[in-house]
Amino acid sequence: MRWVNVRPSRRTGWLLGAGPLVVLLLAYLIASASRHAANSADKVLPTPAAMFAAMRTMMADADPLTGQLIFWADTLASLERLGIALAICTLSALLVGMVLGVLPAARGTFGPLVTTIAVIPPIALLPILFIVFGLGETAKVALIVIGITPFLIRDLADHITALPREQMIKAQTLGASSWQLALRVALPQALPRLIAGVRLSLGPAWVYLISAEAIASDIGLGYRIFLVRRYLSMDIIIPYVIWISLLAIVMDVALAQLSRRAFGWAHEAGR
Amino acid sequence: MSVPALIAFDNVWLEYGDRVVLERVSLAIAERSFVGIVGPSGAGKSSFLRLVLGQEAPSRGKILLDGAPLPPECGPDRGVVFQRYSVFPHLTALRNVMFNRECVAAPFTARLFGAARRAAEAEALAMLEEVGLADARHTYPAQLSGGMQQRLAIAQALMARPRVLLLDEPFGALDPGIRQDMHRLITRLWHERALTVLMVTHDIQEAFKLGTRVISFDKRRHDPHAPHRYGATAVYDLALDRKAAPDAIPA
Repeated sequence: MRWVNVRPSRRTGWLLGAGPLVVLLLAYLIASASRHAANSADKVLPTPAAMFAAMRTMMADADPLTGQLIFWADTLASLERLGIALAICTLSALLVGMVLGVLPAARGTFGPLVTTIAVIPPIALLPILFIVFGLGETAKVALIVIGITPFLIRDLADHITALPREQMIKAQTLGASSWQLALRVALPQALPRLIAGVRLSLGPAWVYLISAEAIASDIGLGYRIFLVRRYLSMDIIIPYVIWISLLAIVMDVALAQLSRRAFGWAHEAGR
Repeated sequence: MSVPALIAFDNVWLEYGDRVVLERVSLAIAERSFVGIVGPSGAGKSSFLRLVLGQEAPSRGKILLDGAPLPPECGPDRGVVFQRYSVFPHLTALRNVMFNRECVAAPFTARLFGAARRAAEAEALAMLEEVGLADARHTYPAQLSGGMQQRLAIAQALMARPRVLLLDEPFGALDPGIRQDMHRLITRLWHERALTVLMVTHDIQEAFKLGTRVISFDKRRHDPHAPHRYGATAVYDLALDRKAAPDAIPA
């Protein structure tokens, strides 16, 4: 049998997928153990026990300065920034993307502007944002918004523009006005695409969040890992990175589920 | 012509820059006729249909619908079924057929509630029954076969009670057996609903089988050095007397 025709079953698929992850974990454990055998004070590859101990302090012991449980306060602060930013991105992309996608005149007027903004590297705007908005929450949220909204707008507008022309004609022959066309034909088909776009944007959104927190913040997951880097605290950095990854995965899966539940028709065709 | 023309083309040209697609098209299409439009690819059949649909405006000449100039915009007096993409993938069959009622009755929300909704649903269901899709009313188009999707597209178009039904190669992608069923369906609907049908097709047999009139589009003149400079026009226009008017045929 040719290799291209070998398809794993569902169960073997799970096993195959888990394999590399287990290998990676084992490789870390072996490397960590061998480093600790050579130098019991090694900080670069902490043992799982050291990580658990460090994280227990972060999760359960209140910070003497602020009285907060640092880990949870960091998580809450980061998720709040990310949540506000994603909400603003999604809503504004939906609004602007719909207008650009449905109305050719609006696309002609504002399309080039959106394209221009989209090519600016968002991190390069961070100094401007700090100057304009100060070092508070606004600048961090604004960085994420500026970073991903243009992509979402372009993606959504392109998707709506690419809807079959036949559908638009048909809707008009059925008596639909521009508004009804946008509301009943374009919007329902735009929403699953918007969710897909937000899923793709989660990665960049985390990048911008952690960058902003690393540069100017006093709380947050990104702030914490850059802070403890000074003490070479890999026993905190590694669990934080794993936690950030887990949060990202949960958000991605939740959005995928939402799309499948709410827009089942959009997932039919590919089956 | 004894019957007044429903659609009249008066020396219509369609040009894009110096490219001529249609030239000197003058036609009168009687109410309740079934016109088959044939011709080679690129001979302007679909452009002709787009003009009637109002999707495009002629660059010269006039198109009259019922004696009034045709606005260059699609409207509910002209229904259409395309070869593909004629139904909305995000709506169930029933909601697809209700679309017209919802747009007409609810300008702002385009959705109906309560008694109005139940009335529209009943009407849509009756229409689905007529095309044989009542059992599939809660199905999304992606789960329907090609023939069923076209039935749905026809039912959806007929809900707007159009004066003219435009069909753009509606059965081109269907299996021969299914196509026969669709021929029976469209002939029956044409009789029962006193429709005027314009059907573009690649299949000359289909045009002669269904039509009361067959119009063939092609270029009369050809310049080998500038093939785009001459447009197509109606080169043959055959009235098929054997079924002159739909009333003459027993249903």
